[in-house]
Amino acid sequence: MTTSLRIAAASALLIGGGAAAYAGGPTDPQIAHIAYTAGTIDIAAAKQALVRSHNKAVRSFAQEMVRDHTAVNDKALALVKKLHVTPEANPTSAGLSKQASATLARLSHLHGRQFDRAYVASEVGYHKTVNGALADTLIPSANNAELKSLLQTGLTLFREHQQHAEQLQAALK
Amino acid sequence: MRCARLAGALLITIAAAAPAGAKSAPRTVTVIVDKLAFGTIPAGLHVGDTVRWVNRDLFLHSATSSGHFDIGLPPGAQRNMRLTRAGQFAFICKYHPGMKGKLTVQ
Repeated sequence: MTTSLRIAAASALLIGGGAAAYAGGPTDPQIAHIAYTAGTIDIAAAKQALVRSHNKAVRSFAQEMVRDHTAVNDKALALVKKLHVTPEANPTSAGLSKQASATLARLSHLHGRQFDRAYVASEVGYHKTVNGALADTLIPSANNAELKSLLQTGLTLFREHQQHAEQLQAALK
Repeated sequence: MRCARLAGALLITIAAAAPAGAKSAPRTVTVIVDKLAFGTIPAGLHVGDTVRWVNRDLFLHSATSSGHFDIGLPPGAQRNMRLTRAGQFAFICKYHPGMKGKLTVQ
């Protein structure tokens, strides 16, 4: 699947599919599960990059993804524990995981510059999609103020990541 | 305390705040880093003053001015940086380049 098709598929899962799956918007337990899953997916992608890439800038970016997404996910876990909320698996997070597995498999066949470009392009598209979902669906649907605040922090962070990935993508051309 | 990395002439170094009470006592100003942004940078900074960087965010940040200073700011940490030269020093977080600020030292 091409990068643009993968992005379109992920967008459909997060936005179109999400809206169709949740009349009235996703619940807080579902939002928590989607956000945590999205972070876990990006950590897995970064760990793959740290195994396969020898490019200093790409590796530095991947380390940033592991560090930042781990921090957000740790905070999310602490929050749901405090709120006595159990994250609820849902079609959106399941679809994201399935899509991510396919991407990991595809990138596992690439090497060197080809891998670096594909990984960074995937990161640009993925963050763009997740940011759209956070801004348009997840944040407006969140009821708990602390969850909403954490999602907003996540959106600010992921926008930084998207910008960083776009800079890296331009440098790799 | 982590040392600043210096390039070229020594412009700015990390040091403990100077003792208060001296004539024209240097002051220590605090810059809060939170929610992926640098807080307000106080005006009227002078050579001899100290900037105290306080990272209240969840994430590793830095205050980095290419060729001048590179302060690592782990989550929850604070670092002092003594100003030893006048000038304007634009800085970013090297991990999150959208985070920007500028120190003006007289």
